[in-house]
Amino acid sequence: MIELVNINKSFSGKQVLFDISASFTPGIPNLIIGASGGGKSVMMKSMVGLLKPESGQILYGDRDLLKLEYKELRELRREIGMLFQGAALFDSMTVEQNIDFPLKMFSKMNAEERRDRVNFCLKRVDMEGVNDKYPSEISGGMKKRVGIARAIALNIRYLFCDEPNSGLDPITSRLIDELLLEITEEFDITTIINSHDMKTVFDIGHNIVFIFEGKVCWNGDNKELKKAKNDIPELQDFINASYFD
Amino acid sequence: MFAKPEKFRVYIKRVFLEMYNIGVGSLPIVAIISIFIGAVTTVQTSYQLIAPYISNSVIGMIVSDSMMLELAPTITSLVLAGKVGSHIASEIGTMRVSEQIDALEVMGINGSGFLALPKIIAGLIMLPMLNIIAIALGIYGGYIAGDLSGILAPETFINGARSSFLPFNVLFSSIKSFTFAFLITSISAYQGFYTKGGALEVGKASTDAVVYSAMSILFADYILAELLL
Repeated sequence: MIELVNINKSFSGKQVLFDISASFTPGIPNLIIGASGGGKSVMMKSMVGLLKPESGQILYGDRDLLKLEYKELRELRREIGMLFQGAALFDSMTVEQNIDFPLKMFSKMNAEERRDRVNFCLKRVDMEGVNDKYPSEISGGMKKRVGIARAIALNIRYLFCDEPNSGLDPITSRLIDELLLEITEEFDITTIINSHDMKTVFDIGHNIVFIFEGKVCWNGDNKELKKAKNDIPELQDFINASYFD
Repeated sequence: MFAKPEKFRVYIKRVFLEMYNIGVGSLPIVAIISIFIGAVTTVQTSYQLIAPYISNSVIGMIVSDSMMLELAPTITSLVLAGKVGSHIASEIGTMRVSEQIDALEVMGINGSGFLALPKIIAGLIMLPMLNIIAIALGIYGGYIAGDLSGILAPETFINGARSSFLPFNVLFSSIKSFTFAFLITSISAYQGFYTKGGALEVGKASTDAVVYSAMSILFADYILAELLL
């Protein structure tokens, strides 16, 4: 369980997050939706400790990320996996080396155990046989899958996905959505997804936080979303703009 | 940057990899430049020595001292500021703009320590070594040029070089290259690490790394000469 309590963040005097409070549950995909520039990425980067909010609490269970010492933060981060918008695979490493990297850095596994784990993760994301390819040799969708495999290589408890469908065709997008849903349920992890994709929102949005101009405008699940849009003009505009019914 | 490494063995491997990239990767250009600088110094010194009462062995003395005190450490470092500095800044800068450094940080890895520290250590080890090679090749270049062009006999060149040899000059040269190595690697890593934006900014970081490294090398060169000579 991750809980945000009254998070405020500004850049050069311009406030981008206003008293954000939200909670994210394990075992279901939690979605943060909203227009570009609305504060979704800032919120996610604050949650993983890449940005430091001015005030508030980011609670991982009973640990407040903003009050952790450097060593404690490093420990917490080993429970976190993140899929970046462009996958952020290490260019100089092969697919296998990318997935092996967190294992090599943080696990006590020997080389054979690590290789087995890498192959398990690749199989889990349906990407067997690409071990020796470099990121530049695989497609955008494949990079995202490898990014997910790298994120789950260690036994993580929290998975963050920053726009996992961006730049992907609709079929690959659905496959990524299904994969994220399966992984979330299978490993019972807290998955938080930033997305613009309304198909994703309606398909796997079990807990949706709608951000508008740096504020939480609405919170609910995909079943409540269609009803809620009639009451909240900002949400209605956002959904209607995607021509999704 | 100096936080305790997550896994020491991985850092050691990275230092060796960077030593290979910086040292072995730069050897050809350092060799070519040193040989030609030595050769040109011989020819130009001979051209300027028009007084008949000055022995030709002075050419050997000037070439070897110039290579040790100034040409090898400074020219080599300026060239490596371009080659190694731009490589470090663009590599780390590209990792920054493509969120690879964020990925490291999210994993709990100290990004600056993991990326910059092995490069700085590798530079501090390899540049003084390259400097020694540059001195040897520069003197050899001068020797060959003197012999081939008939300016002076090989024995005369060697006698001149030996007559003025001071072990302190080698130490001074090594101190200079050690200092320049730190400046090149740390300035370039800094420029790369704090890159913001996209491809254009990576190019700018790379250019800035070379410009600032070159300027700081020249400044440090003067300070070290004032302090140590």
